[in-house]
Amino acid sequence: MKKWYRTIRTALHALRRNVMRSILTTLGIIIGVAAVIAMMEIGRGSSNAIQSTISSMGANNLLIMPGTAASGGVSFGAGSVMTMTPEDCDAILQNCVSIRAGAPVVRVRTQVVYGHKNWVPISIYGTTPRFLEVRDWSILAEGEAFTDRDVRNGSKVCLLGQTLVRELFQGESPIGKEIRVKNVAFKVVGVLARKGANMMGQDQDDILLAPWTTIKYRVSGSSATTVNQSASSADSSAQSVNSLNNLYPGAQVSLYPAPSATQAADTPLPVRFANVDQIMVAARSSESISAAILQITGLLRERHRIHVGEPDDFTVRDMTEMTKALSSTTVLMTNLLLCVAMISLVVGGVGIMNIMLVSVTERTREIGLRMAVGARGRDILRQFLVEAVILCLAGGAFGILLGRLTSYLVSTLLHWPTALSITAIIAAVAVSASVGIIFGFYPAWKASRLDPIEALRYE
Amino acid sequence: MNLIELKDICKTYHLGEVDVPVLKGISLAVGAGELVALMGVSGSGKTTLMNILGCLDHPSSGKYWLDGEEISGLTADGRALVRSQKIGFVFQSFNLLPRTSALDNVIMPLTYATEDISDREARQRATDLLKRVGLGDRLHHDPAQLSGGQQQRVAIARSLINRPKLLFADEPTGNLDSQTSKEVLQMFQQLNRDEGITIILVTHDSGVARHAKRVVRISDGLIDASTSVLETIAAGGPIGGAS
Repeated sequence: MKKWYRTIRTALHALRRNVMRSILTTLGIIIGVAAVIAMMEIGRGSSNAIQSTISSMGANNLLIMPGTAASGGVSFGAGSVMTMTPEDCDAILQNCVSIRAGAPVVRVRTQVVYGHKNWVPISIYGTTPRFLEVRDWSILAEGEAFTDRDVRNGSKVCLLGQTLVRELFQGESPIGKEIRVKNVAFKVVGVLARKGANMMGQDQDDILLAPWTTIKYRVSGSSATTVNQSASSADSSAQSVNSLNNLYPGAQVSLYPAPSATQAADTPLPVRFANVDQIMVAARSSESISAAILQITGLLRERHRIHVGEPDDFTVRDMTEMTKALSSTTVLMTNLLLCVAMISLVVGGVGIMNIMLVSVTERTREIGLRMAVGARGRDILRQFLVEAVILCLAGGAFGILLGRLTSYLVSTLLHWPTALSITAIIAAVAVSASVGIIFGFYPAWKASRLDPIEALRYE
Repeated sequence: MNLIELKDICKTYHLGEVDVPVLKGISLAVGAGELVALMGVSGSGKTTLMNILGCLDHPSSGKYWLDGEEISGLTADGRALVRSQKIGFVFQSFNLLPRTSALDNVIMPLTYATEDISDREARQRATDLLKRVGLGDRLHHDPAQLSGGQQQRVAIARSLINRPKLLFADEPTGNLDSQTSKEVLQMFQQLNRDEGITIILVTHDSGVARHAKRVVRISDGLIDASTSVLETIAAGGPIGGAS
């Protein structure tokens, strides 16, 4: 222990004897490490920015759909059983650690009317405020989102997408206005930011968001897409948009007389539970998607009381294509940065080796003297190795400071996104120490092999 | 008991295919507490002999006992240990570490010592030694700030830090003027007399050898004669060590 302490002190002393040379030597490492840190931070910042851009497109989103209902060999397609409940969504949010946000969705497709304008948006979603979080849509263009209280109360409030605003309002501010959705008046509380088309070219701004309770109980009656044909036959006339005349004579004839409003109020339909059309969740990151799928599957199987061996009554869909793009971007960035880091550190290391070789030659007499007074080869080896490592570590430390400063300047002056990378710092220190050992070893070994007699006579 | 005992020491250098015999069978005994001058002209082999005696080199053949220990068979590390424990060196060109204070120069060999010495003890010992060589007020001066004689005195203090039994001085006055040479040589005599340290002065200058109690002359790889100091004076060498 004391030996090491003395060695380190001797090394520091030797380095102090030639301050300028020591500084110039470490400069290579300083620049190398600083470049690594700055590159890593800038790169990571860009990578984060790219990732968040991609994930705002929904790369980390998972769609949980109810399974397929089948009756007499006739399958009704994906999402046709009514097993998904808002409570499932709450349970997922509570129990699945890989999930960042989630919201149940009830969909209808119907006409929206304001004044003398009308429009049928691609999507009318009944959901919760967390839907905006799932879709990275929390920043609104105008107004504010509806709240959980609105969801509980079934308030008639809605958010509009940009396309819908354009079609219905034409430059007017929609905030506070009332629009009618299937003759239910909704107050517009906010306007969503523009999101543009999704990867399939579908306009994502052609949307109306409202509390799912409102859509479910006030607008749709039963859910629009999960109706299987036997269920929908009863109220098919009620579902059709603005049906003044019977466009499709082939539609089934109602077998029973339509109940009057009073009758309907007196005999409410037995409500099994409130089912939703789908649950949309967002995983914390692209890496946690597979974990999230496992957690959701386990939880829902348990909640839906599905026995081992029975098939799921739901499907979980992920955006594989986008996730792949995301992870390949990340891998590409990481490899690129690694290359830059390696090159600059190797250059720094060669610099250290160069100077250490010069130093060994210059201090040949000193080495001879140290050997004459009792230093063994390995003492000399250790001393020069420690010198090299100290140079590299000092270089690493200054490099970290310089790198942090650079990335700080870049982020404040150029407004590039940067992100602190602890990994980069640890790696830089580890690499600079190993560069010191690797490139310091040859000169140190050369010094330790000197013959004391020759070394003492060296001019 | 003799501190040094050499028996038929030979050293042959191999230069390419030619064998150059430098020492051709030297037998010598030096008792503890002697002050011996090793004399010889350039190329006589006195430096080679000193290297072997100082455990810097190993003989090609022959036996060497130092303080009762057989040295000639030791490895390089073993010899380093012996040097650290028993031998001190003073060189012609001082060989002080540049830009390093006198005190640190003196402490330096302790870095490689096997005995465990605390920093405070090391500093105390070095300070005492520097005071003894008359440099008590120059502890923190760099070699560049010291005169030649002062530098050589620092070197002497350094050679004593490990409390060696044997001190080698290789042309210790070669770079000094006559007055300082005399002081340095007197210091060796004093160390020999007061501390009982065995000192071997390697020189080609009979004026330096005059300060020794015994002179060993080497010529052509063999010992010429082992003479007493009186004979050296009788030979009429110049007084002082200017060279």
